[in-house]
Amino acid sequence: MNDSAVLQIMFLKREWFQSVIDMDLISTQLLANEQLTLDKSAATVAYLAAAVLFVLSLAGLSKQTTARGGNILGIIGMLLAIGATIGGMMIGGFPIMIAAIAAAVIVGAILAVRVPMTGMPELVAMLHSFVGLAAVLVGISSHIQPFQSVPANEMLIHDIEVFIGVFIGAITFTGSIVAFLKLRGTIGGKPLTLPGRHLINLVMAAACIGLGIWFCQESHDSGGQAMTALLAMTGIASLIGIHLVMAIGGADMPVVVSMLNSYSGWAASAAGFMLKNHLLIATGALVGSSGAILSYIMCAAMNRSFVSVILGGFGGGGGGPAAEVEGTVTEFSVDDTVDMLEEANSIVIVPGYGMAVAQAQHSLAEVVKILKAKDKLVRFAIHPVAGRLPGHMNVLLAEANVPYDIVLEMDEINDDMPQTDAVLVIGANDIVNPAALEDPNSPIAGMPVLEVWSAANCVVMKRGLATGYAGVDNPLFYKDNTQMLFGDAKQNVDAILRSLQGN
Amino acid sequence: MKVGVTKEIYPGECRVAATPETARRLIEKQGFEVTVESGAGALASFPDESYESAGCEIVDSAERIWNECDIILKVRSPEDSEVEQLRPQTTLISFLAPGQSPKLLEKIAERKASAIAIEAVPRISRAQKLDALSSMANIAGYRAVVEAAGLFGRFFTGQITAAGKVPPAKVLVIGAGVAGLSAIGTARGLGAIVRAFDVRPEVADQVKSMGADFLMLEFESDESGGTSGGYAKTMSKEFIDAEMALFAAQAKEVDIIITTALIPGKPAPKLITREMVESMRPGSVVVDLAAEQGGNCECTVPNEVANHHGVHIIGYSDLASRLANTSSQLYGTNLVHLLDEMGGAEGFCFDMDDVVIRSATVVKDGEVTWPPPPVSVSAAAPKPSTPAVKTEIEPATKIPWPKITMLVLAIFSLVGIAMTQNAGFITDFTVFLLSCIIGWQVIWNVSASLHTPLMSVTNAISGIIIVGGMVQVGVSSGLAAWLGGIAIFVASINIAGGFLVTHRMLKMFRK
Repeated sequence: MNDSAVLQIMFLKREWFQSVIDMDLISTQLLANEQLTLDKSAATVAYLAAAVLFVLSLAGLSKQTTARGGNILGIIGMLLAIGATIGGMMIGGFPIMIAAIAAAVIVGAILAVRVPMTGMPELVAMLHSFVGLAAVLVGISSHIQPFQSVPANEMLIHDIEVFIGVFIGAITFTGSIVAFLKLRGTIGGKPLTLPGRHLINLVMAAACIGLGIWFCQESHDSGGQAMTALLAMTGIASLIGIHLVMAIGGADMPVVVSMLNSYSGWAASAAGFMLKNHLLIATGALVGSSGAILSYIMCAAMNRSFVSVILGGFGGGGGGPAAEVEGTVTEFSVDDTVDMLEEANSIVIVPGYGMAVAQAQHSLAEVVKILKAKDKLVRFAIHPVAGRLPGHMNVLLAEANVPYDIVLEMDEINDDMPQTDAVLVIGANDIVNPAALEDPNSPIAGMPVLEVWSAANCVVMKRGLATGYAGVDNPLFYKDNTQMLFGDAKQNVDAILRSLQGN
Repeated sequence: MKVGVTKEIYPGECRVAATPETARRLIEKQGFEVTVESGAGALASFPDESYESAGCEIVDSAERIWNECDIILKVRSPEDSEVEQLRPQTTLISFLAPGQSPKLLEKIAERKASAIAIEAVPRISRAQKLDALSSMANIAGYRAVVEAAGLFGRFFTGQITAAGKVPPAKVLVIGAGVAGLSAIGTARGLGAIVRAFDVRPEVADQVKSMGADFLMLEFESDESGGTSGGYAKTMSKEFIDAEMALFAAQAKEVDIIITTALIPGKPAPKLITREMVESMRPGSVVVDLAAEQGGNCECTVPNEVANHHGVHIIGYSDLASRLANTSSQLYGTNLVHLLDEMGGAEGFCFDMDDVVIRSATVVKDGEVTWPPPPVSVSAAAPKPSTPAVKTEIEPATKIPWPKITMLVLAIFSLVGIAMTQNAGFITDFTVFLLSCIIGWQVIWNVSASLHTPLMSVTNAISGIIIVGGMVQVGVSSGLAAWLGGIAIFVASINIAGGFLVTHRMLKMFRK
């Protein structure tokens, strides 16, 4: 930061404090005498009720049995909030609003009904971008003309709030769009590692701060260049959003999606600050912290720090060269696999993103049904970061009518692996990589993995020997008790199903 | 050889050392002659006639049994008057509490007799069929629940009836030995919600197998509560503090507490304090199976039902005797197995090389042979490490810089916020911070399989930004209003899409 910027800040501060001190007495008096009109008061209370309903909604989602009720509470809360806003807070523009909502509900409903369960990650990412966009629009609109006049002494705070709200919104917007494109496969999953990318981010962030100071100054006297500053910052923040997500590898997508979820919450919360709306603040904060926890859980599942995921460019670390993988791969046919399943008494199935891509979950569910009918113990083992969304595999299996009590988490099932006769790995790679535990130089060293190699037999269904998203070789494929079943997961599972039905 | 069964003279003791059925096995399978004192089995519902039809001789006085029989079977430790009638070269088999009553052993030794203390049978697999302590503990555990049910004013099982809803009783069982496990099974059978605690983490699986929740202690130590004898041992002070905190918390919640904590040869540990009893709901019941050894509960009155602040504390020490028929049958069968181990009528002898017989024999031909050499029998070896809980204690010298930095930053930001002197902003910030904390608390409970629905529902909820668009759409400036309108549009897509897709997903989850 150069000297003039420092001076500017000092100047601003002095002026601001002066104004704050001058206005303080008046504002205190205003507060004490404040009397709300009945409709405003009712709306405020309805907002409180809506906020409580949102909390209960999230709490309901903690268990399978209460989850649907939780969703309904959320809907009621949302309707209440919208109703209260119409009744007590809106000052006009009803036709536009009604038209916008009606059109949007149709679009949203079509999206929600059409999306296949494998497309969930894309849909969620796209919806995040909408919240970001809305935050940007609301922020700019609020800057042009706040819906209720802002007292002069609060002008600076309002400006800062607008600026921050738009900043977070813009990052969320473009970041989510890039995430959406990556998840759709339009953009490759490989991280974009520009030279000096951390520096680029820093410079862009510094530019935004500089623009912020300029914005606050200009905004002070009307007719200044404040709008230019705001739009310039929006542009730069959008670039930051794009760059941040471009630099993150495909395997880290669960973290990115939950992180964007968190950002969309903070954006809503910042909008609440600028509009003096407690419901927005509270709800945004709820969503923001929820996304933050999910990101944390995902990071812990990969044994990586949040910062390292955010900064992206995964794969460069490690103290030395990763151990070379040596050995031969044993190939299995469908018939061999069926024989193995027929002989086994306890079977664990490890699904990964490959299963989602191949849409193999329905056939797989049928296979499980047949195996269970033969009195075998069949369970699913889900790694926390399997798939591209937290809990992605659970949703897919639920869609295929797999009962959720045979779908276990990594911690629940890892101890049972040595007693397992057969493991079927379907389209998963990094989450079953023994290098994470055995090779300290591996880029994924220390990441908890499903210890499928300790089972008696393990069949890995894969297209080929390519590495997973982490770009790490998998020694599992070369182990003596591992067999490879190459080919499309769906076709292979179908073939297994036919063979089992034939017997 | 003649086996004699006397009537128990201890007041209130209803059990008998042989039932008609066990007597028949002694006679027919092992070749003993069995003499039973008249009325010995009456209190356990075994009339004299049934003994007669099993082939026993009924005699009118205990004296004749003491004078004529080579082996005397009893339940309780003999009274002094009985020991005096013991003849040389005879064998007494009963509960003797050898650890607590060295004088009794000496008296028996003076009579030049032999004695087998049935509770000294080691807990090894081979000796399970002789393990009368387990038999009795099993019955005591069952009876403890039955006694509690008798005093407890509610159903054990939850019911929803036309006349309203009845919540299920919550039962806490402390000590998951044989008695504890039996109590768990019985309480579960009646439909209660049962949780159990034991200092030996290795019994957690047994507890769960009976259908109860095992309460874990949030405490790190390599201490395992098991001993070489398969029983519990005394724990360290830190452990006990953590344990007491757990009990205090549970006492407020549960309706029935059944304590079975005994440390062999020591007074029972005090686990339920007076305050804990007072914190229980009136009408709650505590059953103290350790009453005879001083009780696990401070309010216990041995052999009585005490009432403290409306809480019943059952201190019966004769729970097995209160189920005399079954306990006599099981005890009698244990004795049949013991006599079988010792060779039956033909080959009756004390094989002191046999670890079971060696351990149980406390007096041999006028010589006290207690205590026996130790036998290591712990059922499950303690695991070398306990990965369940991480050590929280860090070396005192290490200064947690990240935490201090966070704290300093937090203080500075709070001071900064105070400096704004703006009531509106400070209120906003209060709402913000508290909401963050609520969100943080609520989300931790979400199960991993629901992460995707959680994400789509929070997504829908973050569509609340529609409110921002709605207030802005009404402003007079055309551009600002249109921006607000677009914001409403995109936010509504989010709301409708998010909630619908969540609903669709959740519909698919089924058990």
